[in-house]
Amino acid sequence: MENAIAVKFDRVCQILEQHQRDPHKLIPILQEIQEEYQYLPEEIMTFVSTALGLSTSQVYGVATFYSHFTLSPKGKYVVKVCDGTACHVKKSTSLIDAIAEELGLSSSGKTTEDLLFTLETVACLGACGLAPAIVINEQVYGHMTPESTVQLIKEIKAKEAQI
Amino acid sequence: MEGNPHSVLEGMIIAGKAVGASVGYIYVRTEYPLAVSNLKLAVKAAEEAGFLGKKIFGSDFDFEMRIMEGAGAFVCGEETALMASIEGKRGMPMPKPPFPAERGLFGKPTVINNVETFATVPVAMLMGVDVYAAKGTEKSSGTKTFALTGHVAHTGLIEVPFSTTLREIIVDIGGGVIDDDGVNRGADFKAVQIGGPSGGCLTQEHLDMSLDYDNLLKVGAMIGSGGLVVMNQQTCMIKIARFFMQFTQNESCGKCVVCREGTRQMLELLDDIIEGRATAETIELLEELAHVVKIGSLCGLGKTAPNPVLSTLKYFREEYDAHVFDKTCPTGQCEALSRYVIVPELCKSCSLCARACPVDAISGSKGVPYVIDQEICIRCGVCMDTCKFNAIVK
Repeated sequence: MENAIAVKFDRVCQILEQHQRDPHKLIPILQEIQEEYQYLPEEIMTFVSTALGLSTSQVYGVATFYSHFTLSPKGKYVVKVCDGTACHVKKSTSLIDAIAEELGLSSSGKTTEDLLFTLETVACLGACGLAPAIVINEQVYGHMTPESTVQLIKEIKAKEAQI
Repeated sequence: MEGNPHSVLEGMIIAGKAVGASVGYIYVRTEYPLAVSNLKLAVKAAEEAGFLGKKIFGSDFDFEMRIMEGAGAFVCGEETALMASIEGKRGMPMPKPPFPAERGLFGKPTVINNVETFATVPVAMLMGVDVYAAKGTEKSSGTKTFALTGHVAHTGLIEVPFSTTLREIIVDIGGGVIDDDGVNRGADFKAVQIGGPSGGCLTQEHLDMSLDYDNLLKVGAMIGSGGLVVMNQQTCMIKIARFFMQFTQNESCGKCVVCREGTRQMLELLDDIIEGRATAETIELLEELAHVVKIGSLCGLGKTAPNPVLSTLKYFREEYDAHVFDKTCPTGQCEALSRYVIVPELCKSCSLCARACPVDAISGSKGVPYVIDQEICIRCGVCMDTCKFNAIVK
């Protein structure tokens, strides 16, 4: 266990060194940490604030200001539904409803209990020509319908069940 | 940034040379992974070719390019907020003056422009400023890129001279307006939303207007993001206004009270209209509040947040009135205001809908068409889904 903690902070130290422990680089530092851990664990944010000579509230303030950062663990598959204007007029909300229903998510919950899926809405993916678009772990799917979206989720579920 | 990132780099290097800057930053949304990776590739290639770095082309000019990925905050498009974000702070706007050119990034004088502007610099210099300026209109010279989306047959990025009219863009380039099912039946144009969440809408009467800065300002819209979202007759303008209000309300950084609280109140007033609770007072209050938010906010986000509401109020007042006074949504998009009616000629009195209705609002008997009691109906739409004869209409 102790070893695991040491490894955990090792990686943070590397990231901090890459950015010369420059407090101005707080956002790229947090971005890389989140890429590593999938979210921003509280103890790591405290560690980062000490290392950069910032107060914990400053780090927390930045982490909560930007929607890209998350303070709780996300699912293995992050499903982002674009709700930018172009996707919205092409009925992206019906995709959100369909996915939430398929995954059994309530309006408050965004991640399934088995930590397999996280459902998010984002403001414009820059794929307006493909509206309505969704992204599952960096893979973009365009011209979606509620049916094709649910089909996609089912395929992932089936793949995961085999493992 | 994606297709030709070098044009942006070249424009920035020229600008850096012109003002004597030694470092350039490109702030790019992390949601655009292709733009980020292509820009990084381009910077590396430019460094290797000696266009970036120390002593460019053997001169005394040094220029370094850094890519900064945003972290998902709309307000960081505002210049002072963007610079705060590069400095590792919360992206909250600052009052101006001091302007960025006086005291900008890390307290130093800063030139800050959109990447599109920088990308145009080498083009204008190559063509010659006079040749470039001859395109477009007198006051809005040159060309502009628009993102054409929504209910048109062909969507995508387009670059046109400022003198191009809306009709040319929608019909000639976009291939005409399509219905919700994707079919172009002709003449179904309702409105186009221009300039993103801060912009306004243009209607039928603006179809033959050229999209330059002055014309748009005159009709209460702006180019803004360069987004053109075409909407067909099946679109409810109040719902569109609500959509934008929801967005700006989410993205308000919270610094100015009128923006933070005002947008929330405006959103609730729009909900009242959409859900049938509104009175004449609601519209008055909405309009008054829109002006307060516009005047009382520090940055562009707050100043322009009420635009979608003001512009729909201006051009689609009758649609607001229908929601408020007649409690109907002319497009049938607002669930709470829709009326479900059984068409007697099509009803086969099978009683399926009556049994499905969760509030027992449907009554009838064998041989006689069923009817929906509008007083009891909660407009859930279950009856319409269960009817096998398509006898129930909204």
